[in-house]
Amino acid sequence: MNTKLKRTPLYEIHKKLGAKIVDFAGWEMPVQYSTIMNEHRAVRSSAGIFDVSHMGEIEVRGRDALKALQLLTVNDVSRLKDNECQYSMMCNPDGWIVDDILIYRLSEEKFMLCVNASNTEKDYQWILKNLTAGWAVEAENISDTIGQISLQGKNAEAILQKVSDADLSLIKYYCFRRCNVDGVDAIVSRTGYTGEDGFEVYVKNEYAVKIWDRLMESGKEYGIKPVGLGARDTLRLEMKYPLYGNDISEKNTPLEAGLEWVVKFNKGDFIGKKSLQEQKKRGVRRKLIGFEMIERGIPRPHYAIFKGSRRIGDVTSGTMSPSLNKAIGIGYVQADMSNIGEEIEIDIRASYPKARIVKTPFYKVQVQVKV
Amino acid sequence: MDYPDDLLYTKEHEWIKVEDNRAKIGITDYAQHELGDIVFVELPEVGSEVVAMEPFGVVESVKTVSDLYSPVSGEVVEINSELESMPETVNSNPYDKGWMITVEMSDKEELKELLSADAYAKYVEEESE
Repeated sequence: MNTKLKRTPLYEIHKKLGAKIVDFAGWEMPVQYSTIMNEHRAVRSSAGIFDVSHMGEIEVRGRDALKALQLLTVNDVSRLKDNECQYSMMCNPDGWIVDDILIYRLSEEKFMLCVNASNTEKDYQWILKNLTAGWAVEAENISDTIGQISLQGKNAEAILQKVSDADLSLIKYYCFRRCNVDGVDAIVSRTGYTGEDGFEVYVKNEYAVKIWDRLMESGKEYGIKPVGLGARDTLRLEMKYPLYGNDISEKNTPLEAGLEWVVKFNKGDFIGKKSLQEQKKRGVRRKLIGFEMIERGIPRPHYAIFKGSRRIGDVTSGTMSPSLNKAIGIGYVQADMSNIGEEIEIDIRASYPKARIVKTPFYKVQVQVKV
Repeated sequence: MDYPDDLLYTKEHEWIKVEDNRAKIGITDYAQHELGDIVFVELPEVGSEVVAMEPFGVVESVKTVSDLYSPVSGEVVEINSELESMPETVNSNPYDKGWMITVEMSDKEELKELLSADAYAKYVEEESE
């Protein structure tokens, strides 16, 4: 087995910037450059730039590509027009989540899937296995040729606009353009994992360094900061965006994870539909909830959740929220104890500080309305 | 990195300042830097016993949870309760305002096991290579 860690095309830049490097899903990735708090606040107040080249990209092409994706994913791909993206999931026949993904419609017969780094190979094999014989469709794992840079924060548009030939104000949330960024062919989507306005920029590997440098230069006047996986995690947690491997996995269904809005039961058949329909009828036994600590303590993955003397679930993610300066967490609890306002206790080193189930997202982003 | 000469150190990155039979304990500049933003410190109660090289508390950064190891055995006679509301003091001032507990030592022989500032600096250098 090949256990050598992979490096993104931006690895040398991270080293030069003095980042702390960690192993993440088989990749040597920057966890922080300065401090998580600093980087987190830069994104919430102005702009941050992330290397997310470890994410996987899989192209699905052919006359029957749409039909194949309708079967493979739970959202309704037929609603996508060219230059639009969609959040979706692949489930297995039992309704468990194989991965949560973004689907880009490049054309009627060409789609790009952005998948989690830890799942890229698994997803690719899953897709190949589930392509119906005789259909005009093929899949290709192009992950090793693509670099991805995420630019997040209210000044992201201004920073990217200076080096891009497309009018970014025309790209709506969850839409994208093929355009030039600093003269390089790129896919630019208004998407992200922070709750802030922002973009994700896909380029060929060999241009990643050049684009990163240009964006850093362009963002200087806005105080742009490179942001590592540490702040990426606290930013997404404040929004209660699930992280595959923590909050969702092949042991959870979209319904339990509060992602029923993604599942389109009326679109025709898809893998997992029958099981999910049955679960919907039966009702879920557990639900993914967000909670705030009332008493002192920081929740962490795998800590047990109690209600009195009864164990009712487990924490899947938790941290001290840099924006709210409160300890927050998400986790699964029994459905009948998942109501907003419910008081629970978290087993933190055998003490049981109180917490309360709250509405999410935890953090309310100041949205600038785009007309 | 700063490692004051008048302190002794552990390989778990705690420092100890000895005055007669009492020892003040905290974590080193290297430790606070490696941990990053410290957001939570859990200390033992005054009157409890600590044992050399066994955990006496917990320090948490945004991402990590780490045990604190006592350099010596004895009774906790004082704790820095200000860290409850201002844990970030450990980052900004690890050797002074960021101290954690004071212990009445039960066996001063244990001090012989600890590292000098020079030896600790060398150890850190080797470890971070």
